[in-house]
Amino acid sequence: MNAADNQLVQFRNVSFSHPNAPAPVISDLNLNVQQGETLVLLGESGCGKTTTLKLVNRLLLPSAGEVIVEGKATTSWDPIALRRHIGYVIQEGGLFPHFTIARNVGLVPSLSGWDEKRIAERGRELLSLVGLDPERFADRYPRELSGGQRQRVGVARALAANPSLLLLDEPFGALDPLTRASLQREFADLSQRLGKTAILVTHDVREALALGTRIGLMHKGKLLLLESPEGFRASSNEQARAYLETLV
Amino acid sequence: MSFWQFLQTNWAELATLIKEHLVLVFISIAVAVVIGVPTGILLTRYRALRGPVLGIANVMQTVPSLALFGFLIPLPFIGGIGTRTALVALVLYSLLPIIRNTVTGILGVEPSVREAAVAMGMTDGQVLRQVELPLAAGVIVTGIRVATVIAVGVTTIAAAVGAGGLGVYIFRGLRQYDNNLLLAGALSAALLALGADFLLGLFERQFSFETKRKGSTAGRLIPVAVAAVVILGVIGVWQFAKQPAKQDRVAVGSKDFTESALLAEIIAQMLESRGVAVERRFELGGNLPHEALVNGTLDLYPEYTGTSFTAILHHAPVTDPRAVYDQVKREYASNFGVDVSPPLGFENTFAILVRGADARRLNLKTISEAAPQTPRWRAGFGQDFMSRADGYPGFSKAYGLNFAEVREMDLSLTYIALSSNQVDLIAGNSTEGRIAQLDLVQLADDRHYFPPYEAVYLVRQDSLARVPQLRDALAKLANAISTEEMRQLNYEIDGNKRDPKEVVKTWLAGKRF
Repeated sequence: MNAADNQLVQFRNVSFSHPNAPAPVISDLNLNVQQGETLVLLGESGCGKTTTLKLVNRLLLPSAGEVIVEGKATTSWDPIALRRHIGYVIQEGGLFPHFTIARNVGLVPSLSGWDEKRIAERGRELLSLVGLDPERFADRYPRELSGGQRQRVGVARALAANPSLLLLDEPFGALDPLTRASLQREFADLSQRLGKTAILVTHDVREALALGTRIGLMHKGKLLLLESPEGFRASSNEQARAYLETLV
Repeated sequence: MSFWQFLQTNWAELATLIKEHLVLVFISIAVAVVIGVPTGILLTRYRALRGPVLGIANVMQTVPSLALFGFLIPLPFIGGIGTRTALVALVLYSLLPIIRNTVTGILGVEPSVREAAVAMGMTDGQVLRQVELPLAAGVIVTGIRVATVIAVGVTTIAAAVGAGGLGVYIFRGLRQYDNNLLLAGALSAALLALGADFLLGLFERQFSFETKRKGSTAGRLIPVAVAAVVILGVIGVWQFAKQPAKQDRVAVGSKDFTESALLAEIIAQMLESRGVAVERRFELGGNLPHEALVNGTLDLYPEYTGTSFTAILHHAPVTDPRAVYDQVKREYASNFGVDVSPPLGFENTFAILVRGADARRLNLKTISEAAPQTPRWRAGFGQDFMSRADGYPGFSKAYGLNFAEVREMDLSLTYIALSSNQVDLIAGNSTEGRIAQLDLVQLADDRHYFPPYEAVYLVRQDSLARVPQLRDALAKLANAISTEEMRQLNYEIDGNKRDPKEVVKTWLAGKRF
């Protein structure tokens, strides 16, 4: 297996700016995401980490440079096919309030035309996987669930069509500290067990150190450093040090 | 007659009016939904269109309904009188709430939910159908609910353009000072509005996912409801479009007062007895009958020569009946292609009335003879008489009248005021049914101040050629109705509250044409 095959997502000299806005949100970003790793993008609000995520599943297109997913630039992907190929988890789950939990989880399979029996089976399997009893939860609506339960459903939904890549945008940000810690642990187990590649965005350095195989520190649209958790802890970078000091 | 008795006698007619009302509301709301919801969706996709389109819909909403009907009448295809015009106006009124709520509902969907939908790989159509529309459905149904309640109200005005509905009772009640009619019309309309509001409220709760219980059927209801609305709308429009061709019918119109409707009913029944199908377009407001006659929507309607002479042809009043009749006949033929029937035998002009007791005691026959009494008399005149060119100012000058007091009041109330000694002289309607009943005496216009208002039928020349029976029926009616007879006929309707059709039937039977 050569190096390029091993790289699921590549950013090549990527810049992004909103039309009519002078300052670029991302400038000249170069980044490779390896098969099977959990890459954490760490940074404060407005540093461009969420934008980076949206460039991967083509919710946004780069202003310059290219984003390559599985060897093909996002501009040459059919956006619908690309997105059904990638799991996406956002804060609070982003669940559809008018769908039952089962329908939320079965969304992408049903869009892809699976038959109903298979969708239902897959839904039960995934709910169990994220620690929710299918019998209890399948027919409920999102508003009847707690924040942590909704977040689990969000993860289950992202995994439904068995994507090779997961994008997670501050998935545990809105949870209380105890729920957050337990969900983080479960997620680490799960991603290891399933061997999924994931890009996770957070502003929480604890989370980055706990979940990341590599940590990319972003600041004002630039990638300052890209290190393993050990490398990050030992870094002399000023921003990295500032984050590490909050750990005490 | 008590309201309860009124309902018992008239429930069949009331039911017909309610049905007409509901059909108008239903068709217009269905059409407005079919136009409004897609328009609203389009506006959420093309931001630049939003301002202008909502602006136009907003302006539509602010045009007073009667004025909107007025604007529509001269327009080809969508205009004219009758159901079609009413529907066009109702649809225009209903669009704004529906479009606005569709836009608000869709734009109100939480951005994170929409983004999740896109990120899951939904196409734009799937986002719309599976996420935006279901989440906006509650707000959209609220818009439809508001539009429906407004439409129930506006539809009462549709009676003015001959579209039927409960407005017929309301307008008639206003004209005849009949509280039973007013109450029946207004109460029914109010109940319809409340009922529609209630039912759509239930529907709205079904559609709003917030209140939805487990296993709710609302998701499945949406396509069914949409299909039902579209199908019923199409059926309505189709029913409306397949009205019988005009060729084999005569459209008879009337103005919006008892006598005009009676005269129209007389010719209608005479035509029917000659095997001609008749479409009744009665009780049209203002100048509508004239407009409709000229544009061919009506074949004929009853009119008064003086009205044609002054109000339509804009001539200064002339007192010679023959000259007025001849000039109206000549100018209508050349200007409008409309023929004037022979006079029916009575005039409906201002009648200067005094109490019978006074007339006999003072031996009064003419207005000139009464003039010396006026410094001791109080006069009661209607607003119309006080303001019009041939009314009070010229009248008092022509006869040298000088009343102790002149009261301006509602025309219909002057008769009662006179008989109960509140006033001593009034200017009534010469064919008013209550003149004999209240023992009032009409003083002769011996100086021929009032222009002649001979009753005639105005009929299109092409209708006369198309329906040969028309000429025969009109000839039979020449000089056939005296002022006394007309008063009696009016009294049967206004005083005895009898059904106009029955009154006309009896009268025609007695005439043996």
